[in-house]
Amino acid sequence: MRRGKQTWEFNQKPTIIATATVVGPDEGKGPLTDCFDEINDDPMLQQPSWEKAERLLFERACELAISKAGKQTEDIDFMAGGDLMNQIISSSFAARNLAIPYVGVFGACSTSMLSLAIASQWVDAGAARTALAATSSHNSTAEKQFRYPTEYGSQKPPTAQYTVTGAGAAVVALGGSGPRISSATIGKVVDMGIKDPFNMGAAMAPAAVDTIKMHLSDLNRTPKDYDLIVTGDLASVGKTIALELMQQQNIPIEQTVYDDCGMMIYDFAKQKDIMAGGSGCACSAVVTYGHLLTMLTTGKPKRILVVATGALLSPLSYQQGETIPCIAHAVCMESEGY
Amino acid sequence: MAKVDRQTAQKQHKQQQQQKEQANYQALAKQNEPPRPLGTNMLKAFVAGGAICVFGQAITEAMVHWFDFDRKAAGNPTVAILIMISVLLTSFGVYDKFAQWAGAGSAVPVTGFANAMSSAAIEHRAEGLVLGVGGNMFKLAGAVIVYGTVAAFVVGLVHLILKSLGGS
Repeated sequence: MRRGKQTWEFNQKPTIIATATVVGPDEGKGPLTDCFDEINDDPMLQQPSWEKAERLLFERACELAISKAGKQTEDIDFMAGGDLMNQIISSSFAARNLAIPYVGVFGACSTSMLSLAIASQWVDAGAARTALAATSSHNSTAEKQFRYPTEYGSQKPPTAQYTVTGAGAAVVALGGSGPRISSATIGKVVDMGIKDPFNMGAAMAPAAVDTIKMHLSDLNRTPKDYDLIVTGDLASVGKTIALELMQQQNIPIEQTVYDDCGMMIYDFAKQKDIMAGGSGCACSAVVTYGHLLTMLTTGKPKRILVVATGALLSPLSYQQGETIPCIAHAVCMESEGY
Repeated sequence: MAKVDRQTAQKQHKQQQQQKEQANYQALAKQNEPPRPLGTNMLKAFVAGGAICVFGQAITEAMVHWFDFDRKAAGNPTVAILIMISVLLTSFGVYDKFAQWAGAGSAVPVTGFANAMSSAAIEHRAEGLVLGVGGNMFKLAGAVIVYGTVAAFVVGLVHLILKSLGGS
């Protein structure tokens, strides 16, 4: 049911009956290492190309989530998935092998919550009994497509972020046990004129704040109603700006705990390569599905809001001097029986 | 007509407001942008670039002393050895880490050029030898060659003009 301007409230509160996360070596060395289902020491996953490796990450996360739910691929009615590659090849090619009716979505790094919101809407509306939401990203495929060859020696500025290698998948259904999805807010595209592709956090922060603001006003809530609000991949620069913007716009974020997935996934003291923090579709996906939902199942916190942020640029658009349009989608999840 | 005018005026007003908001935000973003450590970056570039050049000089000296090259002929094998070392370090995944520390110090010498070529070649090996390696090898280094040639042409032209005007 639509609430306010851009929020869906799910009356039946669909359940996330299972999730799976598969990550690469750097994520396995981070502080959340115990939260992931599978850690791959080889970023190539014994594949001949980075792209094939990312596809495999996607496929493994989906298969693992389905088997953890005690289901077969035939039991899944529909899947929503996407990634960062041109023409979303990672998810589409993985869907070819999974043979589940598939809707490809693109929201850049916000794809994690975009696909989850769509899957929840299907289940809540009765369009699907069981739906799958999945996304992936790979550090090397993203570097190759958006920046320079991975072995090219260019000096990155302190605002640069490190794309997470990994994939996350969630199986959504009615009933059963697991965290509930109570609402989702679909974001607007916000462009504040930032042009630097090495400063994604600053480009995406206004989109995140806009979606948080709309979510709260649509549901007539305050940050106090949440035990935790996390953004997807604003990293250190974007997080500071987001806090400042919320203060300017009178959103009392200090009433709750606010964090960012890009700040949670790596160890800033030991992993110096990450610069400002993590990014990529998998960043919010593996932190949410691996870490935050486990916290919800153990009952503390009770209600969280995940605001996944995406920069909708292409290598062509920034080479032509265009600014970076950004988007953020929020999904509200609650512990069972909240 | 008046209605259309009003609409245009409203649209313009909205655009102006948006531009103002964007400008305000960009100022805020700039404030929160951690600055590049220019001083240390320059120092590191000086040390790294200098060290590479000293190493190159050492190779030249070795060529002259032990392999009977004269100074001019020693230049080519020196460059070839530097390129080979750079390509090896690129393949082992070391050069990019060194470059993050060294910055311009590793980009400016011939080793940086070799890294730009070989990293692109390795990156696109998956797309085949022709469309991948062949087509992408000059992706980064191509600009250097194009504008290097253009600059050489312009300098040559200036030289020619000055000479024809009676210079030496």
